[in-house]
Amino acid sequence: MTEELLRYYRQMLLIRRFEEKAGQFYGMGLIGGFCHLYIGQEAVVVGLQAVLQDKDTVITSYRDHGHMLACGMDPKGVMAELMGRADGYSKGKGGSMHMFSREKGFFGGHGIVGAQAPIGAGLAFAHNYLGDGGVTFAYFGDGAANQGQVYEAYNMAALWKLPVVYVIENNRYGMGTSVARAAAGSELFRRGEAYGIPGKEVNGMDVLEVKKAGAKAAAHCRAGKGPYILEMDTYRYRGHSMSDPANYRTKEEVSKMRKENDPIENLKKKLAGYEEELNNIDRQIKADIAGAVDFAQSSPEPAPDQLYTDILVEA
Amino acid sequence: MLMKSPTQTLTVREALRDAMAEEMRADENVFLMGEEVGQYQGAYKVSQGLLEEFGPKRVVDSPITEHGFTGLAVGAAFAGLKPIVEFMTFNFSMQAIDQIINSAAKTLYMSGGQMGCPIVFRGPNGAASRVGAQHSQCFASWYAHCPGLKVVAPYSGIDAKGLLKAAIRDPNPVIFLEHEILYGQSFPMDHDSDLIVPIGKAKIERPGDHVTITAYSRMVGVSLQAAELLAEQGIEAEVINLRSLRPLDTASILDSIKKTNRLVCVEEGWSYAGIGSEVSAMVMERGFDDLDAPVARIASADVPMPYAANLEALTLPQAESVAEAAKAVCYR
Repeated sequence: MTEELLRYYRQMLLIRRFEEKAGQFYGMGLIGGFCHLYIGQEAVVVGLQAVLQDKDTVITSYRDHGHMLACGMDPKGVMAELMGRADGYSKGKGGSMHMFSREKGFFGGHGIVGAQAPIGAGLAFAHNYLGDGGVTFAYFGDGAANQGQVYEAYNMAALWKLPVVYVIENNRYGMGTSVARAAAGSELFRRGEAYGIPGKEVNGMDVLEVKKAGAKAAAHCRAGKGPYILEMDTYRYRGHSMSDPANYRTKEEVSKMRKENDPIENLKKKLAGYEEELNNIDRQIKADIAGAVDFAQSSPEPAPDQLYTDILVEA
Repeated sequence: MLMKSPTQTLTVREALRDAMAEEMRADENVFLMGEEVGQYQGAYKVSQGLLEEFGPKRVVDSPITEHGFTGLAVGAAFAGLKPIVEFMTFNFSMQAIDQIINSAAKTLYMSGGQMGCPIVFRGPNGAASRVGAQHSQCFASWYAHCPGLKVVAPYSGIDAKGLLKAAIRDPNPVIFLEHEILYGQSFPMDHDSDLIVPIGKAKIERPGDHVTITAYSRMVGVSLQAAELLAEQGIEAEVINLRSLRPLDTASILDSIKKTNRLVCVEEGWSYAGIGSEVSAMVMERGFDDLDAPVARIASADVPMPYAANLEALTLPQAESVAEAAKAVCYR
C-alpha cells in the first residue's frame, strides 16, 4: 500500500513541478501561444491511470500536460514540444494542445472544446471492432459538458455499448464562467441518464477515491455494459490559460482549496513517517524536470524544410 | 489467342457499391458508416447488398448525428480502422466540418507525422433536382481549400469505381464528391477488380486543338455536350475531366493550354473563390505566355439554389453557356 501511495505521490508531484516550470517558462516567453496548466487537478488523471490496462487508450482536451506525463510520456519530449523544438513529441508542430503518443495509448491533446468526446467514442468503437478488450478514457471539462457533440457521443456509445469512460473534470469554471452560470442543472454526472449511462460524482482531489471509482467504471466497460460517466470534482489553481488573471473568483476561494483540499498535501499526510522516501522523490523529480529543461533548451528549432512535411502520408 | 476482356455497362451507383464491396473483402478493417446505409440499403441505394454480405459490424447504421458519427469515425481511423463515412448528402457534412477539418485533416501535421487518419467521406454533392437551396450546393472548393485533405470528384463509372478504391486504400482523409444525378447513369466498365484510378491525375475525355475546357463531376458531361455543339461549328474543344481537385493535375491543364491557348473552367459550385478561380490563377501564374485570351469561368449563378424549375435551370451551367464561353475565348 505504501509503495502504491508513494507512486501516486511521485506521479502527482511530477505533474505539479512540470507545470510550475511550464508556467515559469511561459512567463519568460520561452513557451508561446496558449498554455493550460493542470495544477490542482493532478489526482484525477493519476488515480485513473492506476486502473488502466495494456490496450486502454486515453484522449483529452487542450489541458493535457498532466495526462501525457501520467500516460508515461517522457517529460523531455513534452517540454521540448512546449518550447517548439524539433525533439518535441510533435516535432514542434503541435505545441501545448497537440501532442500524441500512439505507443503510450495517448490520442491527444484536442484544441476544439468537446471534439474528443466523439473521437473517444471512435477509439472505443475500434476496441470493440478489433476485440482487443481495451477501454477508452475520454476526458473533458465542465465547459465541454454543454457541447452538443458530447450528447451525440453519449447516444452512440450507449446504443452500441462502447467501452468508454467519460471523465468530466469539473474544475468549476469553463474559462471564466462558473458551472452555475453555464449549466442548467449542476449534476453533470447525471446527464447520461436519458441514455441509460450510469454516472458517479467523485472527489477528484483524492487520488484513492478517484482510483476506486475508476476501477468500477472500467470494470463496467470491460464487462460489455457500455459507457460510464465519472464527474470529478476538482479545482485548478491557476487561470484557464496563462493569459487569464482569474478575476472571476476570489483569492480566498483559491487559497482555501489549496489549504484544505490539495491532492498532493493530503496524500503526504497519509505518508507520515516516510519523510526520507518523500524527500528522495522530491529530489528525483527536481532532477527529472531539470533534465527535461536541459533537453528542451538544447533541442534545435525544427528545420525550415519541416514546414512542408507530415501534411499527407505518402501513399 | 488473346481473349478480349469482356466489358459491360454499369451505373455509377453500382460502380460505387462494387468498389466498396471489393475493398471490404480485401481488408477487414474497412467499414461503412452512415445514415440508412444498412437496412435501408442506402438513401440513394449506393450500399445495396452490403449489409447482407458484411453484416452489421461492418455496415453500421448511424443515428442522424453527423457531427458525432464523423468524430467517432475519425477516432476509429486514428486507432487504425479504415472507415468509409457516407453523408446522405454533402450538405449535411456542414454539421461535421469541424471534425473533418480540425481533427481528420490537421492531426497528422499536429502530431509530427504520428497520427494518420485513413478515412473516406463520401456522398452526393451539388445540385440534385428541385430540392432547393439547403440540399443543392457544391462543396468542392470548401474542402479543396484545406491542406491535409485529398478531394476527388468522379464523373464516369470507371472514375467512380477506380477513384473510390484508390480513396479507400489511401492512408489520408479523402473527400469523395459524388453526384446524385449521375448515380443512375450507365457507363462502360472494365471487369478488372484491380481497377484503380490514381488520385491526382486528370483524364482527357475528348481531345481537341482549339480550346481547353476543365470540369469535374456532372459538369464533365455538360462540357462534353458543349464540345459537341462546338464541333458543329468547327471548334474542337479538349475536355479535361479533373477527377482530382486536391491535388490538382496542373501538368495536364498546362500541357493542354500549350496546345489550345484558351481555357474555360466549368464547375457547378459558385465562382467566388471556386475551383475555377484556383485553376485560373494557377494558369495565370504558370502558363501566362501560353494564353491567347483571358480564362473564362462558368459556374452556378451567385444565388442560393431556387426551387422553381425555370429558375433552377437558369442557375446551373448549361451546355449552351459553356459553348458560348468557349466561342468567346476563341474570339468567334
